[in-house]
Order: sequence, then structure tokens, then C-alpha cells
Amino acid sequence: MAQLTMAKALNLAMREAMAEDPTVLILGQDVGQDEGVFRITEGLLKEFGPDRVVDFPVAESAIAGVSVGLCMAGFKPIAEMQFSGFGYHAFHQIENHASRFRNRTRGRFTCPMVVRMPYGAGIRAIEHHSESREAIWAHLPGLKVVIPSGPRNARALLRASIFDPDPVMFYEPKACYRAFKEEVPEQPETMEIGKAQVVRAGSDVTIISYGASMRPVLEAADELMEEYQIDAELIDLLSLVPLDTEAITASVKKTGRCVVVHEAPRNCGPAAEIIARIVENALMYLEAPVQRVTGYDLVMPFFNLERAYLPDSTKVITAVKEVVNF
Amino acid sequence: MPRGKIELENYVESLSILDAEGNVDSSLEPKLEPQELRKILRAMLLARRYDERMLKLQRQGRIGTYGPALGQEAASLGPAYVLSKNDWLVPSFREPAAMLYRGWPMERLILWWGGNEIGARTPDGVRDTPICVPVASQCLYGAGIAWGCKLRHDGTVAVCFVGDGGTSEGDFHEAMNVAGAFNLPLVCIIQNNQWAISLPRKKQSAATTLAQKAISYGFNGMQVDGNDILAMITAAGEAVDRARRGGGPTIIEAVTYRLGVHTTADDPKKYRTEEEVEQWKCRDPLSRFYKYLKKRGVLDDKARDVMEEEIGAEITAAVENAEKYEPDILEPFHHCFETMPNYLEAQLGEFRAYLDAASGGEGGASGQDNPALYRQVH
Ligand SMILES: Cc1ncc(C[n+]2csc(CCOP(=O)(O)OP(=O)(O)O)c2C)c(N)n1
Ligand SMILES: [Mg+2]
Repeated sequence: MAQLTMAKALNLAMREAMAEDPTVLILGQDVGQDEGVFRITEGLLKEFGPDRVVDFPVAESAIAGVSVGLCMAGFKPIAEMQFSGFGYHAFHQIENHASRFRNRTRGRFTCPMVVRMPYGAGIRAIEHHSESREAIWAHLPGLKVVIPSGPRNARALLRASIFDPDPVMFYEPKACYRAFKEEVPEQPETMEIGKAQVVRAGSDVTIISYGASMRPVLEAADELMEEYQIDAELIDLLSLVPLDTEAITASVKKTGRCVVVHEAPRNCGPAAEIIARIVENALMYLEAPVQRVTGYDLVMPFFNLERAYLPDSTKVITAVKEVVNF
Repeated sequence: MPRGKIELENYVESLSILDAEGNVDSSLEPKLEPQELRKILRAMLLARRYDERMLKLQRQGRIGTYGPALGQEAASLGPAYVLSKNDWLVPSFREPAAMLYRGWPMERLILWWGGNEIGARTPDGVRDTPICVPVASQCLYGAGIAWGCKLRHDGTVAVCFVGDGGTSEGDFHEAMNVAGAFNLPLVCIIQNNQWAISLPRKKQSAATTLAQKAISYGFNGMQVDGNDILAMITAAGEAVDRARRGGGPTIIEAVTYRLGVHTTADDPKKYRTEEEVEQWKCRDPLSRFYKYLKKRGVLDDKARDVMEEEIGAEITAAVENAEKYEPDILEPFHHCFETMPNYLEAQLGEFRAYLDAASGGEGGASGQDNPALYRQVH
């Protein structure tokens, strides 16, 4: 077991996959010589050479579209978008081709590719570098959307995504890249995509979140217990598509109360879908309306203001208290 | 540094071999055996008659909107003709001549235009990608496929098609840029048919030729008479050979003309004149090639009539087969992902219940409530 940051854990997952499977390759801007602007691809060019770790021209649509073509030619590309804020250039290729080739060719051509991108605020980056727009991808049929929250699940989920037979949008919470370390097992580890984790069992309220927002949620849960004797159950979704309706429903049936937390804007955001599933499956168990702690329906402010605009433990605690005291 | 003119390494050439009267420039004439020449004529004729039949089927409501490729048979067939089976053909939507030649059963193309995904399923043993609707987007996966060819070092290449309008898209630019930067075995055929729906070629780009765009990506371009099958075969053959040998990409601008409608939903009279169309009809790729064959004594009217008859029967059979196809109404659920996730299982259950009810199944209403659906389910 080694103590790794998420950055190192992601790197490990790619190294393992590439060593095992010669069809796995990486395409992205500055991923080779420079080892990625966040150093996620550190050492990979040296180990696997320029045919498999490709420094790509600044062209996101091409990174995605060329990956689709590589899939047809029998490869498993890992496409890196330098920042999710620039992934929109690739939207057209992902929506019109990656997500639908399996269906439209009735399985003759498939797209076993991963599109990795760092998302979210919290690192005082310049404009366009701090958005959380995962809901956009979650809306597209034919894509999976995976979002890890820590080093260990990042490594296991990236492995699962690389070997998944369908395209996976892999959103990396960049605020977590180096924020903390975790024990990561020596042997390659994988996780089933679409399974949420109950990271802490509790009885009074369910808090559902994913990605970078799991940190403030964990903090809030500690404080809720210590200060208010509120015993919160925490669910880390890990994937928005498929969304683990069973885990959500089981927990809400048990606690009868729920708060959903994410950084993304509220309107049509992931929480809206999560709450709809609760309403469909556990309405009669609810003791209080479900609350959302989310980004506001605004353009993300420049970094001087970003802290206040993110979900934090104070916002989560306020929402939980309201739900519990309803 | 003093001021001066920069000499660029790359260049554009032009090529035309056969004139409108079927006279050949014998210094450029490719060496093709009579049986090959007959095969080429048959493939062009097949595509022409297929288009004509499709237009009829559309009018009869037997397929959906149709986009014919009338007049562009040589431009798309030439490149397909020079490929080997293991190469990849990446079409846009005006390449029936190429696709039929490559081994797509005609009924599959009819099924595509008839609104069935099975028409986008590349037949086993054929390496082509299916018809692509989003303009120029195919150039990027074409580049990806070419990349795969290069990584496998197996001497295979990819040919992708795009329209004159498509050259304005970012995806065209990104694909050509990547092809140049990585020296990919990709040949891009621009079918410059003078129109992008209602936008004429002149308004699409200020460039004198579309072929010259190759220069900015670091490789060579060729502007070819796209209605001259011999020129198309020659140009594509050279480009494909070069790509196979590691010589990198080429852009071939096939100068042709869309003799028909953009699609059956379009009325070209709104934006172009009859005279223009008539002028281009004089340069029809089929009649020109046929004249050449007659002059060479490869074929006569009688042999052509026999060919026409065979083709007519082939098309009729394809239409009959296509119309026998019964889509499986539940199939879309099974092809979204390799393994159906729970939420789709649940939605499939919902859909089944709806179908049962609508078709008069358990506890449902009778087919009279929704006759169209009833027909689909039964
Ligand atoms: C990305 C995209 N934009 C718009 C359309 C609608 N559309 C279909 S064909 C066409 C014109 C294409 O012109 P050109 O590339 O010259 O091809 P042609 O139709 O002449 O063969 C347009 C605008 C589309 N299919 N895809
Ligand atoms: Mg055109």
C-alpha cells in the first residue's frame, strides 16, 4: 500500500492500463514532454513512447474525433481535455459520434474511449478554468459520466473507465488533485461504474454528493455530529450516469431526509435528477422537502470571489438543519 | 531579415484526362484493361440508376428525404476504385457510387434513407464507416482511422470525403491539420459540387481553389476534373500509393456538379439557374466516359443495354429486399451500451407496457386507439 495523491493515483491507473494493453493510448495537449499541465501523465511518455502518449495540437474537436476513429481502428484512447472549460469544442464529436456509433451501427463500431478532464473551482485559476458542467454530458444518451472524489476511487474508476466498452466522460475534481493522500493498494484495483458508495452510515439524514464537494460534505458531517448530534449518512455517487438509484433510494427510505450537494449550477443540475428519483421511489418516506446546496445559476465568478460561491460545510450544515428541523 | 517572397515546399496541381467529348489525353491515359473499364462504367451507371430510383421511391413515400448524388458518380467512384479491401473509406453522404462499389448491399443504403439504423451498420468484411450527416465531422474520425493504420504499420490507408461547404467547418481544418502534423495516411477528397445547399462555391471561401488548402497544412493538393473518372482514378491512385508508402496526406479537390436537388426537401430554382445546370449536363461524367469506351471499342450500345437491364433488375431486387425489412421496435434499447444499465431496463419495461396497452395486449385498448403504433408492434 502506498500513500498517493489523486494526481499520482490517476497516473498509476493509466500506467497500469497501458502496460497491460498495448491498444491503450493517450492523446492530449502537453501530455507528453510536459507530462500534462497538472502532471497527471508524468513519466508516461518516457515509459510508453510517442506513439502511445501523443502531444496533440491545440484542437479539442480533433482530440475527440480522432479518438473516435482510433476506436474504430481497434484502439482504446484516453483523450485528455486540458480543462473542462475547453471540452465544449469537443462536444460535437462526442455527442454526434462517440455517444452514438454503437447504436447507429448496431454494434459494428463502438467507442471504448475515455475523455478525461479536470473540472471545478478551488485552485484560484483564471477565467474559464473553474466550471462544473457535468450535467451537460449526463444529458447525452450513450455516455457514462464518472466523477471520483479521492485517490483510491480515482484510480479504480479510471481503470474501469479505460476498459469500459463504451465512452466515459471522466471528470476529475482538480481541487482534489493534490489536496490529500490516501492509501492505494499495490495491485490494480477496479470499481463497478454506476455504483455509489455509502462513505459513512447514519440515521438522521442522507447527504448525497460527488467529486470535489465530498470534502465539505465530510467536514459538515463531522460538525453536525459533534455540535448538533445529527447523524448523517453520506453517499458518494462516483458516477452520474449510470446514477445509483438503488443506493439513493435505500438511504432516503432509511433516513427520511435528504440534502443534495454539488458545485454545478442548480437549474437542471444533477440534484434535480437525483431528487426526481427520490420522488419517484421514496416519496412516502420523506419527512421533509429535499434541499439542494449547489452553485448558483451564475457564471462562475473570477477566483477572488470563488470560495464564497462554492458549497462549503456551513451551507451544508444550514441545509441539513433545516431538513432535520422541518 | 530583408523583405522577400517565401517559397513554399508544397504545391497544387491540376489534372484532367478525358474531355467532355470523350477524347483522351493519351499521354495521361491510365492503363486499364477493357474488363476494368466495363466494371467502372457499370459502377457509375449503377449509382446513377440507384439515385434515380431513390428519387422515385421518395416521391412515392417509400423512403424519407433523399439526397441524390447525380453527376458526382466519377468523383466518388474513382477513389473507391483504387482502394484495396483492407483500406478504409470514410464517406460523407454523397458517395453511393463509392459505397456500392466497396460492397455495401444496396438495400442497406435504401434502409438508411428509409429511416433504419441497420442502414448504418457497415456490412461484415467491409471496412467503411457509414453515411455521415454532420458536415465535415467524418474527416476527424477519418484522421483517427488513418492514425490507426499508421500505428499498425500494415500499409493500409483511409480516404475521407467532404463537400465544398464542409471545407468551411472547423472539423475539416482540424482534421487536415492533424493529418499533416502527424503525416497520416489519409487522402481527403473534396467533392466540390459548386453548391452547399444554396451557398455557391464562391461565397464559401475566397480561396482560388479548395485544393490549395493542403499547402497550409504542409502537404500537396490537386484540383481534378471530378467528372472525369480517368483523372479521378489517376489522382486518387497516386495519392493512395503515396500515403501507403508513408508519404503522408493529400487533398484532392474533385471539381464536379450537383445535377440534382440538394435533397428532396430542396428547390434549387430558388438559388441557381437552369442554364447553369444545362452547362454542367454537357460535362456529365457518365456520358463522357461512355463516349470514350465506345471510341476504344470496349463497349457498344447493345452491351450497354444489357448492362442497364441487369442494373434495373438489381435495383428492383434491392428495393424489394429493403421493403421486407422489419425493424425490431425494442432494438434501440439494446444498443445504447454494451450492457443495458438498470435505468434503461426500467425504461424498457415502461415502453413494453405502453406497447402492450396500445396493441391491445393485457388490459390494454385495442389497436383502433392507435392504428399506426398497432401496425408497428404487429
Ligand atoms: C454540421 C452541419 N451543419 C449543417 C448541416 C445541414 N447541411 C446538410 S448538407 C449542408 C451543405 C453541405 O454542403 P457541402 O459540404 O458542399 O456538401 P453537398 O451537400 O454539396 O454535397 C448543410 C448545411 C449539417 N448536416 N451538418
Ligand atoms: Mg457542395
